[in-house]
Formats: sequence, structure tokens, C-alpha cells
Amino acid sequence: MLAYLARRLIQTIPILLAVAGVIFILFSVIPGSFASSLGDDGKAVLDADVMARMNRELGLSDPLHVRFARYVGQLAQFDLGSSFRTRQPVTGVIAERLWPSAQLAIASMLFAIVVGVPLGFLAAMRPGSLLDSVSMVAAVSGLSLPKFWLGLMLMYLFALKLGWFPSFGYGDGGLKHLVLPAVALGVSPLALLARTTRASVLEIMNADFVRTARSKGMSESRVVRWHLTRNALVIVLTTVGLQFGSVIGQAVVVEKLFSWPGLGSLLVDSVSLRDIPVVQGCILTIVLIFLVINLVVDVLCAMIDPRIKYT
Amino acid sequence: MSEPLLAVENLRIDLTIGGVHHAAVKDVSFTIGRGETFGLVGESGCGKSVTALALIGLLRPPLSVGAGAIRFKGHDLAQIGADDMRRLRGASVSMIFQEPMTALNPLSPVGRQIAEMFVLHKGATWVEAEKRAVEALASVRVPAPDRRAKDYPHQLSGGMRQRVMIAIALACGPDLLLADEPTTALDVTVQAEILELIRDLSAARGTAVLMISHDLGLIANMCARVGVMYAGRLVEEREAEDVFRDPAHPYTAGLIASLPLLGARARHGRARLQEIEGVVPSVTAFPAGCRFNPRCAERLERCAADDPAETALAAGGRVRCWRHG
Ligand SMILES: Nc1ncnc2c1ncn2[C@@H]1O[C@H](COP(=O)(O)OP(=O)(O)OP(=O)(O)O)[C@@H](O)[C@H]1O
Ligand SMILES: [Mg+2]
Repeated sequence: MLAYLARRLIQTIPILLAVAGVIFILFSVIPGSFASSLGDDGKAVLDADVMARMNRELGLSDPLHVRFARYVGQLAQFDLGSSFRTRQPVTGVIAERLWPSAQLAIASMLFAIVVGVPLGFLAAMRPGSLLDSVSMVAAVSGLSLPKFWLGLMLMYLFALKLGWFPSFGYGDGGLKHLVLPAVALGVSPLALLARTTRASVLEIMNADFVRTARSKGMSESRVVRWHLTRNALVIVLTTVGLQFGSVIGQAVVVEKLFSWPGLGSLLVDSVSLRDIPVVQGCILTIVLIFLVINLVVDVLCAMIDPRIKYT
Repeated sequence: MSEPLLAVENLRIDLTIGGVHHAAVKDVSFTIGRGETFGLVGESGCGKSVTALALIGLLRPPLSVGAGAIRFKGHDLAQIGADDMRRLRGASVSMIFQEPMTALNPLSPVGRQIAEMFVLHKGATWVEAEKRAVEALASVRVPAPDRRAKDYPHQLSGGMRQRVMIAIALACGPDLLLADEPTTALDVTVQAEILELIRDLSAARGTAVLMISHDLGLIANMCARVGVMYAGRLVEEREAEDVFRDPAHPYTAGLIASLPLLGARARHGRARLQEIEGVVPSVTAFPAGCRFNPRCAERLERCAADDPAETALAAGGRVRCWRHG
């Protein structure tokens, strides 16, 4: 088990390196640089000499492979470099943004789980019922709503019209500011969880071993408690893990919309400024979180399902 | 004569597709006495499994009992409530399924899956029940039962899993065991052991058995009486010996002819294995008249038009064929 964890953690290193490499190449081919982005419309308004000096100071004049080697060297010491803009260490900048991001991701996933899983379960218990049809239509719509539009609608309705929640910002970090962005971000994992739960519950209720359980003289509620929940949990957990990943990705849009001071908005701002160290740091952090969540889900599934081996 | 343990009377099982009822099983009647082993034989798709599921009240849509009566110990199972039916299941009537690979919960140790029976029907605590589960495993001749009880199904072989299923089915001393092709999915060497186990345990405990198989040879070995099913109908019901010596229905004769290596034919050297031509029709496409007539070598003219009724045979038993009409 410990050896497995260690191996899985070591496996993340090449993935992170590959991601870092891709970002490096990407930013070397797309037009624009930090220096040029200082102009208000992205065109060079700075004098060419100034730009060249800036690039030299930031280490941007060296060839790509030299820069990459230097970067990897830093990474090995858990150093993500310094922001071009503020000259602060990137690790510090990211650490500041991590907690709001985590709050938002966890809140939206909790919302998705607490509503989506019971909804899918109830729908599966009464297939073809009104609840089933309504919730599954809602789930499909929930999946296809653009986050941006949904966020705007929530903002309009609950913040501007009803005044229940603040429309944007982090406030003092309390729950009030969290609600709308968490809902906006949680709707699509909620829909997916409801659908997956429904499908897996339906499948398990038709499984041979459930027929065996019924042949033992078990009531349906005992069948659910003794034989369904654990089996469904494995599937639900896997979906939660995958959705956690996509929530972290989609947080970029929602954080920007609600001016939430998380990694996502930091990433967007840094991309437009070509603040490459911060972009790198954000993406690497997001990828690392994604990998860790996957690992946690795999370990949990292996704890529930004896057929899964730690390999 | 005392009342039989189980009396199935004119059972019809409907397969409902788009509001249309198709009789997957029709007018099936048979009885099983206390402690008796009755065989049900027929090719794949003849309706053996759905008949067994009807007996234990486990048909699920699109299948349902359409007509007829299932009398168990004098009670019509269609009349008793769902709760009484549930209490009967496992305690008085239990079932072993064809697929030992999927019939057990993969996430639960087998000991616990046996123990459930004692918790459900005997009011035992889990601790007591787990102890009795180990005894139950020992009784189905599983070596090192205390260790095996902690194993998960995927750690056991198919034969071991089927033993676990038998332990579950016999845990509460049922009056009737429905064994739906319990050995079909197993290796030949294991098959004999499992059959012997079922035979020994049911004889020792006085449990009646409905033994379902598509293998007439196996049925003849295990059962005193045999019902032959074809396309949802019971076409012949006789003493097992009589069926072999002198099959009354052409379908039964076909089944016997297709048995490999049977006494007389084996001695004649390389007697060709005869298969019955064609396949069992699907439930939605049963032919008019006798359902076997398109495949029957001894077809009469009326066979395609009229459905034969059941006829009693002089030597005992029943057949559903115009040649005996
Ligand atoms: N759930 C179902 N939905 C639709 N048709 C079904 C269903 N279950 C059984 N049938 C049909 O009912 C008929 C009888 O099936 P059954 O499983 O009883 O056959 P069987 O004699 O047990 O065959 P086998 O030897 O393959 O187990 C078949 O034609 C089958 O296709
Ligand atoms: Mg079957």
C-alpha cells in the first residue's frame, strides 16, 4: 500500500515535466511577450531597446532548451520562479490563491454530490416516474448549459433581483459569497452524477447477485442496504473523481465571472499578461491537484472493491 | 394420496412487449412430492428458467405470471401477499442459479453472504450467523471453511462458488430447492461433484428438488420423474426410465438421439450424433398448432393447424402430441 502510494507519486513527476514542456513550447510559439503585453493593446508601444533589455533581464533571450533546463532545475527545488509582473515568488502567489480555489471546488462538488446522488438514486428506484423523467431532462439541460451564461443568470436572479447573495467577489471569505459561484460550477457535475448514479443503480438492481439476494427473501430496502450501496459507491466515487478534475478546469470561467480570487482567475490574468512563470505555476498546480485526486479515488475504490489490486 | 408439496396448474407466463402479451410459457402443469427430485429438461430458450423464477416469485417485467396456479403446501402463491412470499423465499423455497460467476456479490465475503440467511430467517445476530455460515460451508464440503468464509467470490473457483450458492440455498432447510442448470457453467470434472452434493444433501434433509438442465442424461441420473419442455410447453411428463426406453414425443426422441455415447449407440461404433434440425423459435414467433411442428420429423397434417391437448399415456405420464391424441 505505501509502496503503491510512493510509486504513484513518483509517476506524477514525468507527467508534470511533460506538462511544463508543453506550456514552454506553447508560449514560445504564440505571439506576444510580457514586455509587449505591457502596451495597452498588446502591440509594441515600448521602445525596441527597452523590450530587449526586459527580455534579457527576465531570461527570455536565452534559447528555449536553456530556459527549460533552468526551469526544471528550479522545479527540482520546489521553486516556481518569480512573477514577471510583481517579482514575487510564484509559490507564494499561488499559495494565496489556493484556499479560495479549494473552497469553491469543494463547495461545488459537495453541492453536486448531496443533490445529484440522491436524485439519481430516487430516479432509479422509480424508473419512468415523473421524478425520473423530470430529473433526467433537467440533468441533460444542466450538462449542456454554458457555465458563463448560467453564472450570469444566477447573478441576475439571486443577486440583482432578489438580493439574497452578493453578486461577486470573495468578501470576508464567508459562505454568502461562495453560494452563487459554487452553484454555477456545481450544476454540470451534479447533472452528470445524477445520471451516472441512476444508470449504475439501475444496472446493479438488474444484476444476478441482486436476484440472488431477492431469492434469499430479502426486502428491497435490505437489498439496497446490503448489496447495492457498496457496489454503487465504487462507480459514484470514480465519477466524483473525474468531475473534480473537470470542476477545477471549469473554475477558470466561473472564477473570472464572479471575480473569485482563485487559481483560475490568476491563470487568466497571467495568460493575458504573458506572465509565464505564474501561468506555468498555475497549470502545474492544477495538474498536480488533479493527479492527487485521481490517486485518492483509486485508493478509496481499492478499499471498497477487493478485486482491485494495488498495481 | 396426500397433497404434493408443489402443484403447478396450467401456468402461463407472459412476456409483455409494447402492451402485447406473448405466452412464453403456456399451460404447464406438474407436481413435485415431498423429498422428490423432479427434472425439467429442454433446449435453451424453452422457458425452464422463467418457470423456476415464477415458482419463487422472482419474475420481473417484462415477464409476469399470466394465468394458472402455483400451489405450495396447499397455498396458492398468487394469493399470498408480497411479505408472505418474501418470507417463503429462501426459507421454504430456494434457488441455485446457472452462473456462479455473477450470482454472488463481488464486494462481500462469501461467509457473510451465507450468514445473511440466518439473520433474515432465523433472527440470528451477525456473530452467530457468521459462525453458522462456517458450518454451512463445511456441510457443502468446502475445505478450510473458516478461512474460505472470509474470501471474496473472485478468490474462489466456479465449483467453490457453486458450493457457496448451495450452502446459501440450503442454509434454512427449505422444502424445495430450484436448481437451475447448477452445473452448466462448470468444468466436467466439477459437475459430477456438485450434482452428488445436491443429491446427498437433499436426500439427507428431505428437500425436494426441481432439477433444471438441457442435458437429458444428467436429468435421468438425478431424477425419478422428468418433464420435457419445448417452446414454453410441457410436451411430455413421465418416469425417467420410461422416457429413455420409449420416448412418446418426437422432441424427446430427438433429445435422446442427440445424446452422445449412450449405451447401445456407443456399442455400434461411430453412430452419427443426430441433432434436431432447426432452433427453438423466439417467444414472439411461436408457430400455430403444435409449437414443435416445423422441426418435427413425424409431422401430421393437423399438427400445423391445431394445438394438441395433453393425453394420458397408458404406461403412466402425459404427452402433448397428435400421434397420441
Ligand atoms: N427478461 C426477459 N426479457 C425478454 N425475454 C425473455 C426474458 N427472459 C426470458 N426471455 C425469453 O423467454 C424464453 C424462455 O427463457 P428461459 O430463460 O426460461 O429459457 P431456458 O429454457 O432457461 O433456456 P437456457 O437453457 O438458455 O437457460 C426465451 O425465449 C427468452 O428469450
Ligand atoms: Mg435458463
